[in-house]
Amino acid sequence: MDWRRFGFIALIILVLIGVVVMVGATQVSPTVIVVSMLATTISVATPLTLGALSGIYCERAGVVNIGIEGMMLASAFFGWFGAIYLNTILKVAPMPSLLLGVVAAILTGGLLGLLHAVLSVTYKVDQIIGGTVINILAIGITGFLNRQLFFEKGSIFGGEVPHAPGVLPRFHIPLLADLPLVGRVFEQQPIAVSAVVLVLVTHFVLFYTRWGLRTRAVGEHPRAADTVGINVARMRYANVIIGGLIAGLAGAYFTLESVPSFEPLMTNGRGFISLAAMIFGNWSPFGAWASALVFGAAQALQINLQFFREQIPPQWAFLQQAYIVGLVPYLLTMVILTGIIGKTTPPAADGQPYEK
Amino acid sequence: MTNDQMTHEMSLVLQTKGITKRFPGVLANDHVDFDLYKGEIHALLGENGAGKTTLMNIIYGLYRPDAGAIFLDGRPVDIRSSKDAIAHGIGMVHQHFMLIPVFTVAENIMLGSETVRGLMLDQRSVAARVRELSHQYGLDVDPDAYVRDLPVGVQQRVEIVKALYREADILILDEPTAVLTPQEVEDLFKVIRALADRGKSVIFITHKLKEVFAVADRITVMRDGRVVGTVRPQETNEAQLAAMMVGREVILKVEKGPAHPGEEVLRVENLHVFDDRGVETVRGVSFFVRAGEVLGIAGVQGNGQTELVEALTGLRQPHSGKVVMLEHDVTGKSPRSIIETGMAHIPEDRQRYGLVLPFPVTDNLVLCTYYLPPFARSGMLNHEAIDENSRELVRKFDVRTPSPYVPVSKLSGGNQQKVIVARELSRPIKLLIANQPTRGLDVGSIEYIHKVIVRMRDAGCGVLLVSAELDEIMALSDRIAVMYKGQIMDTLSADEATREQLGLLMAGVKEEQDAIAGQ
Repeated sequence: MDWRRFGFIALIILVLIGVVVMVGATQVSPTVIVVSMLATTISVATPLTLGALSGIYCERAGVVNIGIEGMMLASAFFGWFGAIYLNTILKVAPMPSLLLGVVAAILTGGLLGLLHAVLSVTYKVDQIIGGTVINILAIGITGFLNRQLFFEKGSIFGGEVPHAPGVLPRFHIPLLADLPLVGRVFEQQPIAVSAVVLVLVTHFVLFYTRWGLRTRAVGEHPRAADTVGINVARMRYANVIIGGLIAGLAGAYFTLESVPSFEPLMTNGRGFISLAAMIFGNWSPFGAWASALVFGAAQALQINLQFFREQIPPQWAFLQQAYIVGLVPYLLTMVILTGIIGKTTPPAADGQPYEK
Repeated sequence: MTNDQMTHEMSLVLQTKGITKRFPGVLANDHVDFDLYKGEIHALLGENGAGKTTLMNIIYGLYRPDAGAIFLDGRPVDIRSSKDAIAHGIGMVHQHFMLIPVFTVAENIMLGSETVRGLMLDQRSVAARVRELSHQYGLDVDPDAYVRDLPVGVQQRVEIVKALYREADILILDEPTAVLTPQEVEDLFKVIRALADRGKSVIFITHKLKEVFAVADRITVMRDGRVVGTVRPQETNEAQLAAMMVGREVILKVEKGPAHPGEEVLRVENLHVFDDRGVETVRGVSFFVRAGEVLGIAGVQGNGQTELVEALTGLRQPHSGKVVMLEHDVTGKSPRSIIETGMAHIPEDRQRYGLVLPFPVTDNLVLCTYYLPPFARSGMLNHEAIDENSRELVRKFDVRTPSPYVPVSKLSGGNQQKVIVARELSRPIKLLIANQPTRGLDVGSIEYIHKVIVRMRDAGCGVLLVSAELDEIMALSDRIAVMYKGQIMDTLSADEATREQLGLLMAGVKEEQDAIAGQ
């Protein structure tokens, strides 16, 4: 990850925050806006960060995973369903229900990761097709079950959308959250916090441990790894499953941390933007996180601007059009992926099945 | 270690008995018996496809034999994987290096046998051990360097250190000289001798006759999956070994009469070319090639030959200077317009620039002419004509392929080269540019390519031969130009040039007798 790239990322984030400050300055103090933007950015970047980390585990091991979107969607649903089932039917208290819901989401992602590994490592199916299968499967299964379980008469919830156990509570990070002014940035929910922790963990694992060295080896030159006695298939299985588990956690964000409900297709392309963040971050955890924050800032812009809808000065009137602001994350994806800044290098054996 | 008595007193470390391996349609190893003594350098000689690499892959655990047994120190062993082989003290340096370019030397060396402290890789102890091994065997490598930045010769040293790091006592080197410059080959031989002197046993796979005399204690020749015989270098000669390898008498010396040069076909004037990194690698080169003669360009690889040929064939834009082909100024023209003036090109890297590997032989044979009748008719390919063309060329140029429709990637190196030769020479041409035309080919194919080049010359075609093999240059050329650091040091008549003279020019020494001592 070169400094030019980080500089470019910081610049975009500053511009996005600057826009909100300019628009809202008449109403609210700039400090409050900046802090609020930062807090929102970190929070909404969570699924993107996790999705990108998921992609990093898979692709560093040589397996392209475009099924992250589907993994997130399925996990969002099953995490949600798990939490509600526990809370409503089994009468478990809301907090344990939510936490077990997160576990269910993670396991759902892990299972889909296993499916992807079986398809791409064992059966050497084209990895793009394998990922597409997962995406379509997730859309179909969540749409169908959502209708059947929640809206059909005679289903377990009796055709009524049950009351949700809420969302995961904010987490008061000691010391940091007590800081004056910026303390609010560090009051985050648990999945957002774990995403940041996982960035650090992944960096350490990839670049400082035996596991990481072997993972990168099978992603760069599987035959070389094989000749020194490393089991390529096993390394790829393990990493794709780990990637699935992390995508599962990203899925949990949508229904257990962000909003207490499930909507069909609610991941809304976030899995694909994650992959963009992974690529723009050059397959490195910190790079991916920084890129995810750019997309997060774009979304934070949209969310924060809503508060100042009325105050938007005439020359910025086009910002009142919600859909224009909503386009920003997607436009950024396109601009960034055209590679205007620096060349990225994927792992050399990325996407190639290993034949002995 | 060329003394007979010594070899007899040494103990047998590796033995194979009756190794048989069958691949679909091929009997790759047919009851192969092979043995290796402690401290011995044992060359395994044979043409491509003779079964050398298959045998070694079996010993290294990458393939399982269908029959036969392997003995280490007299005990039968079952080697199921490379992991087992490593545990038994067998190390292998593959022809295509098993190194990860984006890893450091230390990371490559420790991969699979990492030392860890807690959770973290212990980079420091690995680097220390690498330095120790480097010192012990004269294998200079920097553990912190990235492999992608290292020249091929150094990468090979890394591979050898990697095997030694795993405490290998038996080292298998698969075609280790194929990618090396003459100097690097010399260094490698020193290392191999140092290894043998310290009690390591080395199996050295090659198809180059000269090398076995330079380094081997014993030579085992394989052909068609069978061992033809095992000999000592002092008991044999090149012609005999070549006959054992190929199964018939091979003419090692190229038969050619005097040249009858005609008009000038190619003239290069003060050409300057930059490489991809913006370094000026061709610095003011001028020469000419006449019809009916071979101009050889000698020189150690990497002295600008690649960029020179690319500039001549239109693959690279020259910075300045002039290329004139039969009175046409073709400087910086497109490859197609240059081809149309009657230039044929046998590229240095046949797999990257000579062929479209996944395409069938048929299509590869019309890559320069597909848009012309009879292969194209009003913008459509005429498959009948393309098929007919390939049937004819496959027969005429003796391309060994199961069918003209198999992807050219499935052919052996020699036959791939024949496909290129067939395509390039089946057009009416006035100039043939052959860049390293026999690199990596076996004796039989080399003989064939050499014959073709002489035949083209005698038919009145101009030939520009670029080769790092001095023997090849001397055998084929009528005039020899030596390239050093992007310039032509001198052009000599082949009748007068001596090896020593050329060697000095290749090292950049011109008419300076006192520099000989330094060489």
